[in-house]
Amino acid sequence: MRQGRVRLPGRHAAGPESNHPMPIMQDSRDADMLGRRTDGSTVRRPLSPHLQVYDMLQMSSAMSIAGRITGVAWSVGVLLLVWWLVAAAAGPRAFAQVQWFLGSWLGLLILVGMTGAAWFHTLNGIRHLAWDAGHGYEIPTMYRSGWTVLIATAVLTVLTWLVAIIAWA
Amino acid sequence: MATFTLPKNSTIQPGKTYKAAPDAKHVKAFKIYRWDPDTGANPRTDTYEIDLDKCGPMVLDALIKIKNEVDSTLTFRRSCREGICGSCAMNIDGLNTLACLKPIEDVKADIRISPLPHLPVVKDLVPDLSQLYAQLRSIEPWLKSDTPPPPDAERRQSKEERAKLDGLWECILCFCCSTACPSYWWNGDRYLGPAVLLQAYRWIADSRDEATGGRLDNLEDPFRLYRCHTIMNCTRTCPKGLNPAAAIGKIKQMMVERQS
Repeated sequence: MRQGRVRLPGRHAAGPESNHPMPIMQDSRDADMLGRRTDGSTVRRPLSPHLQVYDMLQMSSAMSIAGRITGVAWSVGVLLLVWWLVAAAAGPRAFAQVQWFLGSWLGLLILVGMTGAAWFHTLNGIRHLAWDAGHGYEIPTMYRSGWTVLIATAVLTVLTWLVAIIAWA
Repeated sequence: MATFTLPKNSTIQPGKTYKAAPDAKHVKAFKIYRWDPDTGANPRTDTYEIDLDKCGPMVLDALIKIKNEVDSTLTFRRSCREGICGSCAMNIDGLNTLACLKPIEDVKADIRISPLPHLPVVKDLVPDLSQLYAQLRSIEPWLKSDTPPPPDAERRQSKEERAKLDGLWECILCFCCSTACPSYWWNGDRYLGPAVLLQAYRWIADSRDEATGGRLDNLEDPFRLYRCHTIMNCTRTCPKGLNPAAAIGKIKQMMVERQS
């Protein structure tokens, strides 16, 4: 544009008819979205594909995403624990309700999932501690520690439940 | 902010297919991201069938062959064709790498090629690297020293001091790592990203540099350094076999050590 003031085509915060010279930028990178056609007129550039093309299931990013998911799962899981404790304090009827839910197949599925999430998040946390202490940055080591966390999560989750079942029985 | 989907103007449409000659025996399909600013249309994926018996071994050879013989409008950066200029960095088969160093036979299925991820596209496989260059400038990638060098001599380093720069000086600034980093995708306006942080550490680790304290001060920020969550996509994808994640880890350690 030749007026000296540049307006990004498309995505106008105040609507396309606004006299505002620039849409309100949420992100400074928006400035680089301004492109030029061969005739000099402006065009809004596309953003190159990221999640759409990248291999996110490789060990590095997959473990990171799983770490986030298990962390969020436990933030919710703590509410379940609070519910259980509050019910225990509220009286036998409320407690029996919670016990019934946790004993149902859905409740058990959630509990097994939470056990797995807890082990994964803890073991992956140890992996992160090692990194922060300066160890394990080589790619083969990263793959080995990743597999170790995955296998140990499975083994410890099963062991935890075996112990629990034996203790109950 | 993390937006997992592409903006409306960036979603990818199906494109044209350029068939190989009927007598071609070893045909490989290259599915290539295309965007032309002059049409104003959304990006599309064009498919080029290439006879591998008449093509060099690397992905860059195929791109050059397409441009020379099939479709001269295909736009990409390339220069040295031997992995030292960093121009032909792009996403090939789901990972960022240099097209000149990526053997075609490494990819068993069709070869999908798109620009470096989560950047504004100038045209086809050419992304805008302005943000990354500006961030590189922000870490002042040059020797800073108050002490003048000895008269008529160089600043001396011991072999051990020099060895600390190995694995850092080799970076060619192709930005494969930064654009492989989900944290850089979501917070690249404020997070410096692996490539720039590796460069920052290259000067922090240099025994001749006297600005270490100031360099660390500049990185002591919730975003610039600490958006690194050790995902390790950077090290996994580096076409030069360098380790940006380890370099960032060393900066984080120095941050802790200087507080005690």
